[in-house]
Amino acid sequence: MVFVAGLLTVGWAGPAFAQQAGDDSSCAADKLVTEPGSMAEAVAFYVVGGAAALAALGCVFSVSIVRMAMCLFGTLGCVAILYFLMAASFLGAIQLIVYVGGTLVVIIFGIMLTSTSPWVRYLPRRIEVVAGAVVCLTLFGALAAVLANTDWGPAWPGVEGFTVGQIGEALLTTYLVPFELASVLLLAAMVGAAYLARAERRGGDK
Amino acid sequence: MLTIGLTHYLVLAAFMFCCGIFVMTIKRNAVGILIGVELVLNAANINLVAFSRYQVGNIDGQMAALFVIVLAAAEAAVAIAIFVNYYNNLATIDVDRGDSLSG
Repeated sequence: MVFVAGLLTVGWAGPAFAQQAGDDSSCAADKLVTEPGSMAEAVAFYVVGGAAALAALGCVFSVSIVRMAMCLFGTLGCVAILYFLMAASFLGAIQLIVYVGGTLVVIIFGIMLTSTSPWVRYLPRRIEVVAGAVVCLTLFGALAAVLANTDWGPAWPGVEGFTVGQIGEALLTTYLVPFELASVLLLAAMVGAAYLARAERRGGDK
Repeated sequence: MLTIGLTHYLVLAAFMFCCGIFVMTIKRNAVGILIGVELVLNAANINLVAFSRYQVGNIDGQMAALFVIVLAAAEAAVAIAIFVNYYNNLATIDVDRGDSLSG
C-alpha cells in the first residue's frame, strides 16, 4: 500500500515536468521524473524514503518470517521508486523484475520449504538484542554524522540519466569482462543450486 | 533540507545498512539472516546510484548496481538451496541448532 502511495506521489509529480520541448522519444535521454530542487522531488523523496526506512524497521522488528519477507518486498519496491527518482529508470525496472520478481520469490519459496509450525517463534536472547542494538545505533549515528558533515565537492549538475542503449553499449565495451564473468557465475550458481537442492534417492545413492 | 542532495540518499542508505546488519545479528531463522543480507546489498546499491547521479555523473555507479543485483540473485538462489539442505538434515531452520562442530 505504501508502495502504491509512493508510486502515486511520483506519478503526480511526474507529468508536470514531462513536457519537454520536442524531444524525440526514440532515443531520449532518461529525463528526471521531478525537477531538481523542486518541492515535488522533496515530497517524493521523503515519502518514499520514509516508507523504505519504515519497511526496513519492519524487517527488524517482525517475529514472523513471512512478515519479514513482506517488509522486504516493501523495501525493495521503495528502493525501485528511489531509482526512478534518481533518473536510473532501467535500474528501477531491473530491480522490480529481478529483485522483487526473482530474488524475493526465491526467498519466499525458501520460507515455504523450511517452514515450521506457526507457533514456533525463534526469539533471540536479550543480551544479543541489546548488544546488537547498541552497535547498530552507534554505527548509524557515526555514519550519519560523518555523512552530514562531509563536503563532497562540486556536484554534477546534470539533469539527464542514461538511456538503455548507453547501458547496453557500456555492458559490451567497458564492462565486457564483468559481463562475461557474471554469466559464468550465474551458470555456476544455477548448477550449484540445482545440485544442492536435488531430491535424494532412496537407498543412500548420492 | 528541501533540496534533495547526495547526503539525503547516503543517510537513508546508512540507515538501511544498519537495519540490515541488526537483522543479521538477531535473527535465528536462516532465511531471516538472508533477508538482512538483501537489506545491506540494497543500501550499497542506493549509495552507488546516488553517487552516480549527484557526484560523478558517469554510468559507472549504475553499472556497479546492476552487477550487484545480478550477484544478489545468484547468491540468494544458492543460499536457499543450502537452507533447504540444512532443514532436511536438522529438521529445523534455527541456526543456533547447527552446533555439532562446536566444542
